[in-house]
Amino acid sequence: MNLTGLTIDSARSAVLERKTTAAALAETFYAKIGSDDSKIGAYLILSRERALAKAAEIDRLVEKGEKLPPLAGVPVGIKDVLVTKGVRTTAGSKILGNYVPPYDCTAVSRLEAAGAIVLGKLNCDEFAMGSSNENSAFKPVHNPRDLTRVPGGSSGGSAAAVAADMAVASLGTDTGGSIRQPASFCGVVGLKPTYGRVSRYGLIAFASSLDHIGPFGKTVKDAAIMLRTIAGRDPMDSTSAEVPVPDYAAEIDEPVKGMKVGVAKEYFGEGLDGEVRSTVEAAIQKLGKLGCDIVEVSLPHTKYAIPAYYLVATAEASSNLARFDGVRYGLRAKGARSLSEMYRRTRDQGFGAEVKRRIMLGTYALSAGYYDAYYLKAQRVRTLLTRDFEQAFKKVDAIVGPTSPTAAFKLGEKVDDPLAMYLADIYTVTANLAGIPGISIPVGATREKLPIGMQIFAKHFAESTILRVANAHEKAA
Amino acid sequence: MQVTEKDVSYVADLANLELSEDERGRMVRDLNSILGYVDSLNELDTSAVPPMAQVSDRYGVDESKKGSERFAYASRDDVKEGLRKSFPTEVALANAPESDGTFFKVPKVIEK
Repeated sequence: MNLTGLTIDSARSAVLERKTTAAALAETFYAKIGSDDSKIGAYLILSRERALAKAAEIDRLVEKGEKLPPLAGVPVGIKDVLVTKGVRTTAGSKILGNYVPPYDCTAVSRLEAAGAIVLGKLNCDEFAMGSSNENSAFKPVHNPRDLTRVPGGSSGGSAAAVAADMAVASLGTDTGGSIRQPASFCGVVGLKPTYGRVSRYGLIAFASSLDHIGPFGKTVKDAAIMLRTIAGRDPMDSTSAEVPVPDYAAEIDEPVKGMKVGVAKEYFGEGLDGEVRSTVEAAIQKLGKLGCDIVEVSLPHTKYAIPAYYLVATAEASSNLARFDGVRYGLRAKGARSLSEMYRRTRDQGFGAEVKRRIMLGTYALSAGYYDAYYLKAQRVRTLLTRDFEQAFKKVDAIVGPTSPTAAFKLGEKVDDPLAMYLADIYTVTANLAGIPGISIPVGATREKLPIGMQIFAKHFAESTILRVANAHEKAA
Repeated sequence: MQVTEKDVSYVADLANLELSEDERGRMVRDLNSILGYVDSLNELDTSAVPPMAQVSDRYGVDESKKGSERFAYASRDDVKEGLRKSFPTEVALANAPESDGTFFKVPKVIEK
C-alpha cells in the first residue's frame, strides 16, 4: 500500500472495504519505520504488542460487519510526554528512562476508543523544552525534508513521523509553539487548541498554564478529525472546559467569503526571513481572492511576548519538575549517603543542560526578592498580551502570519545560544499565554525546498474558524 | 541586575540541583544573557494591570454551577472514592528505585 497521501478517511476506508486489515496496515507502518527511521529518529519506543491487539479488535469488528469507529485502524504516533499504560514513557529524559506508567493519558485513550492504532512513542525535546528536538536525551530528530536540518521542536518526532509517512497522524504538545513550529518546519498541519479544549490529564507537565495537547496531520481535515476525537470535558483535568465539541470536519468546507482576516503588522517586522515573508504574503493574498476581507490589525505588545513567556514558563517548570527526585519513579543516583545528596545527584545526572537552565531561571524568578520584578511582572504583561488579542478579535474573525521567522535551520546551528533558540518561538508563544487556538499549515517552500508555514489564530474555542480558513487555503492550492 | 556565582549557588540549592564547576560558570553567563533580554519588560508601566495566572478565567464561566464564581467549572461535589480508585500498593511501587514492598525506601533523612 502507498503510504504517501494516506489520510484518516482513506486508511479507515481501506480497512472497512477489506482492501487491507488493521493488522496488515500496522505492520506496513512498522516496516516503513524499520527501514526509514534509523536516519530520521522520530520514534523512541514502539508499542507493537498494544498496537496489534487493538488492530485485532478492529479486524474482528470488520469480520462481524459491525459499525467501525471514526478512526478504525488508523495508525498514529504519540509524543513521549503523554503517558501510556504499560508502554515506557520517557519525556525525552534520562530521569524517566525506565518509567512505565500505570495509567493512560485521556487524549490517548480517546484516540484508541475511536479505533486508532498507537504505533509508538515519538521523540521530543527533554520535557518538551526546546525548539529543535536537539535536547532529547536519547537522539536528535532529523527533518525528513532535509536530513541536515532540525524538524523543529519540541514535538519534532510527531511532525517528522507524519511528514515521513511513519504515522497517518500524531499527537504533540505545545507550550510555546511546540506543535506549530515543527509542523511548519516539516511541512505538515499542526493545531494547538484553546486552553481547556483538550484534557491535559496524563501529560507530563512542563508549564501547566501554557501546556496544550493537539494533533498533527497531513491535511486540515485530519487535524479536525483528531481534534474532535480528543476534545471535551474530562473530570480528571479541572481546567478542561465544559464547552460542546462541534463536528469540526463537517464544518471545514463552509465558505470563508466575507470572513474578516487580520494581518498583524508586528509579525512582519525585523528578523523575518525574506522568503518566508513573501510566501506568507502570497498565501494571505490567496485568502483575499477566496473572498476573505483582509485588514491590518495591531498586537502592540508582541515584542514583550518572549521575555514574559520565558519567565512564566520556567517558573511553572521549576515547580512541576520538583517531583523528579529519585523517590517514587525514574532514575536514582547510586551511593548517596543522605536524602538531600540523593536528590541533588539524581537531578544532576537525570536532567540535561536546557532543563537545568530552565529550572534555574524559573527558581530565580520565583525566589525571594525577585518574585515581583520577574514573575509577577511577567504575569501582568501576560494580561497585556491577552488584551491585544481581545481588542483585535473585536475587529476580525481570524489573524494570520508566519509560524516561524525562518524555515528549518541546520542541526547544531543554535545549540550553544539559548537566547537565539528561544527567538525561534517569537510568533507562537503569545497564543499560549492568551490560550487562544492556532494552526500552522504548509503554504510553500524556500528555494532550497524547505517548507514554510502560515499560522492562523482565532478567539477562544473558535477552532472551527481557523480550520475553515486553513481548509479553504489548502483546497485552493 | 547581574547574576553572580553566589546567586547561582544559592538558586541551585533551592532547586536541589548539584551543578559542576563548569556548569556554574556557564549558568552565570546564560542567566545574565537571558535576564538582560527579559529586562525589556521594564519599559512597560504595568502598575494598573492585574496579573494573569490562568487562561480559564478569561473565557467566562458556567453560571449555572454553584461555587466560586470564576472557577465554578472546576469544582464538584465530594465523593467517597474520588474519580478513580487508588492504585494497589504493588502498582504504586512498581516504578520505585527502591522499596520494601510496602513503602518507598530512601537514604537517611537526618544528616549529622
